[in-house]
Amino acid sequence: MKSIIRNVLPAEALPSYRLRLADALPWLVALGAFFMFDTYMSLGAQILIMVIFGISLDLALGFAGINTLGHAAFFGVGAYAAGYYSLHVSAEPLSGLLVAALAAGVIGLLSGWLLLRTNGLALLMLTMVTTVVLHEVANTWRDVTGGADGLSGIETSPLLGTFAFDLYGKTAYLYALAVLFVVFIAMRVIVNSPFGLAIRGIRENSKRMLLVGTPVHAKLILAYTLSAAIAGIAGALSAEITRTVGLDLLSFQLSGNILIMLIIGGVGRLYGAFIGIPLYMLLLDRAAAIDPFHWMFFVGIALILLVRFAPGGLLALAQQLRQRLVLRLTTPVKENK
Amino acid sequence: MTLASPMVDAAAVATTAVVMLETRGLCKRYGAIEVTRNVDLCIERGARHALIGPNGAGKTTFVNLVTGVTEPSAGSIYLGGREVTSASAQKRVAAGLARTFQINTLFADLTVAENIAIALSQRLGLAWKLWGRPAAHAEVVEQAAALLEQLGLLTLAARRVNALAYGQRRMLEIAIALALKPQVLLLDEPAAGIPNGESGMILDLLERLPADIAILFIEHDMNLVFRFAKKITVLVEGAVLVEGKPDDIRADERVRNVYLGRRHD
Amino acid sequence: MFSRFVVSCISLLFDGLAFGMVLFLISIGMSITMGVMRVVNLAHCGFAMIGGYLAFMLMTQAHLPFAAAVPLAVLGTMLLGALLERTVYAWIYAQSELGQVLMTIGLTFVMIATANAMFGSTVQNIPVPAALHGTYQLGAISLPVYRLFLIAVSCVCAAGIWYVLERTQVGAKLRAAVDNVRMAACIGMNVKAFFGITFAIGCGFAGLGGALGADMFPLEPYYALNYLVLVLIVVSVGGLGSIKGTLIAALTLGMIDTLGRYFVPGAGGLVIYLATLVLLLLRPQGLYGKKMS
Repeated sequence: MKSIIRNVLPAEALPSYRLRLADALPWLVALGAFFMFDTYMSLGAQILIMVIFGISLDLALGFAGINTLGHAAFFGVGAYAAGYYSLHVSAEPLSGLLVAALAAGVIGLLSGWLLLRTNGLALLMLTMVTTVVLHEVANTWRDVTGGADGLSGIETSPLLGTFAFDLYGKTAYLYALAVLFVVFIAMRVIVNSPFGLAIRGIRENSKRMLLVGTPVHAKLILAYTLSAAIAGIAGALSAEITRTVGLDLLSFQLSGNILIMLIIGGVGRLYGAFIGIPLYMLLLDRAAAIDPFHWMFFVGIALILLVRFAPGGLLALAQQLRQRLVLRLTTPVKENK
Repeated sequence: MTLASPMVDAAAVATTAVVMLETRGLCKRYGAIEVTRNVDLCIERGARHALIGPNGAGKTTFVNLVTGVTEPSAGSIYLGGREVTSASAQKRVAAGLARTFQINTLFADLTVAENIAIALSQRLGLAWKLWGRPAAHAEVVEQAAALLEQLGLLTLAARRVNALAYGQRRMLEIAIALALKPQVLLLDEPAAGIPNGESGMILDLLERLPADIAILFIEHDMNLVFRFAKKITVLVEGAVLVEGKPDDIRADERVRNVYLGRRHD
Repeated sequence: MFSRFVVSCISLLFDGLAFGMVLFLISIGMSITMGVMRVVNLAHCGFAMIGGYLAFMLMTQAHLPFAAAVPLAVLGTMLLGALLERTVYAWIYAQSELGQVLMTIGLTFVMIATANAMFGSTVQNIPVPAALHGTYQLGAISLPVYRLFLIAVSCVCAAGIWYVLERTQVGAKLRAAVDNVRMAACIGMNVKAFFGITFAIGCGFAGLGGALGADMFPLEPYYALNYLVLVLIVVSVGGLGSIKGTLIAALTLGMIDTLGRYFVPGAGGLVIYLATLVLLLLRPQGLYGKKMS
């Protein structure tokens, strides 16, 4: 049946993200890091958490074209939900992830329903203000969120009853890696689906989508909600692994940071987060030890140059370089007279 | 027939309504400026109806009103006999209305086949499915291939829209509308921007459009108009000046004065 | 006769007024450039910071008096703004909204890092001249002279801007450009030069706000980011390109912020942000902004 379908249209007429050998690379690198850099596991887990967060933003921004400056809202809500759940209900980590996904998803649904009627500058502003509102709410609602002190002393029971969280963060790292793997698979499935095609259509030309009979607003809300839920999972991981939740997880700065990290890697390309985020965080880790302001200077310059000359991020640059290399290697060499 | 259900086939409609699109007293005002004045229009199944008029006559505004992009100030719109005046653009498409734009409104970064697949996927009710590649859905692939072959675009199926020639993009614009299997098709200047020598593709396509679709097209290219139209409505300053068969319009003194100019005999 | 409560209230309102007026000075440039050039310019607060640091530098290192340092600082900010407008912003204009956000954030980072390299990360104070020290007694109420001076200068600026916009040809051109840039270009307006001058003037006002308002808006490298959210709210609530809107929004925000900080810390922010959210949802163009189609 499949071969009959494939012959009717030319190859790559309906492209999708197919599995290639190179797809195993990031996971091999991540596992390699586990064995080779076992003293850096807490940084490693942080990076993995941010990659999950970056993937969630990519779904909203890169694939659905939703310009948002407020994604930290969902990360923070997920973190606080998981933290509260762990402190007051159960320290079981996997159900904590579900609770966080649910909480963040609900906030995503509500805010998406309200905000996604607008676009452009108004949407940027509204998403930013939503994050700031939630930040203030968390600041004031001491009983639940701990106010400015945040939540601390969060317990995380052993994973699946057997894998206890050790002091070196090894279990945490593998836990985060496993969650990242599941999230990534889910992301690939969604992006490759007819729904994924539809939201890319909305990103490209929402006017056309409307006149093709698409309920644009409803589709955007679903994409936004899914994205929020994934961000919530990332936040929950942060709460469970670092055992604390602070107001900085609900900040405009975090929204800005994840946006910058994702852009550096490249939006709308599935692997942009895998490249941009680890690179940024590793460099930041080194630079912060020396002088954080020097780091800011270079990030600033890099951003300006990147947006101007390489808007698709490092991933697009790499693809262009590869294409040029392939071209050079396959064109016959001219004879010198 | 519920507005949300996929296209009803033409045979079933034939027994219920011959008039596919109707507007009654349609008006649009922006402040004190009347852009559309009391337009009554009636389009039957299988119609080849041209809407002509000088620049600024309100033709595109009329199409925007009919498709639901703009809200009318007064009047009503009927699709297949049912009132759609307050229905959203999306619901009208689901009810059998499709349009093309004067300026290419395509998905620039996607391939030709993907452009069609989006419309097909929406019509076939697949667009909410969160799994399964479009290329793995037989209906999508087969119908996309069939449509593209009919339009001579099959070999371009894997090319991105921004790598297409202008004429090819115009064809794709119509292809997307056809993928929706509409009962009423609104074409906004299908040959816009195409030099006379290359308009053969479009003319050919227009001639091959299914006979039972009701077509309303806006055009400035008079050759195209007089070749295809079986009925012409002349719009001037937002109001209908005259309506009738092509020969009558050609001979009409008022139309000549306002629009065609004395040279056209 | 006056109860202590009323006295403190009036004092607070006065402080809120001063805060709001400085906020107005800082924000007005952003409102106009975003309204005219349709550029999302998140680096705008950086120009306020530059004005403050320039004034500081002129007073502490060149030993210029306050009355000379502030105008020169404003001039310097304007020149820098004009220079950047011709160079970096030429790239920024060509970008999508998101691209503009990212580029201007990048520019802000560069400004912050440069400020830190030149002046260190501690808060710098701009010495206030002796003539503006002390308080003015209005019955039982003490009004700091410097704040009075601030309010006076801001009012003069606001009046001046209003006059130029409403009563002069240049102003008419600017309002035309806010309304429809392409049309304005078609009727012969030199859009490039106009943009450049408008941008520079906007930066000038920001610089003035930064230089004068240093006691309420402390001068340190992160200045450029600290007040960004507040200024963005003022500008979007007031409506892009509207003087009246910016003034009303700035004053209202200033009052709420100051009163809130005194009575219920934290709640002030919440009130502002929630109100902004509701307003922008109901009226995305702000109070007096142009409705976007």
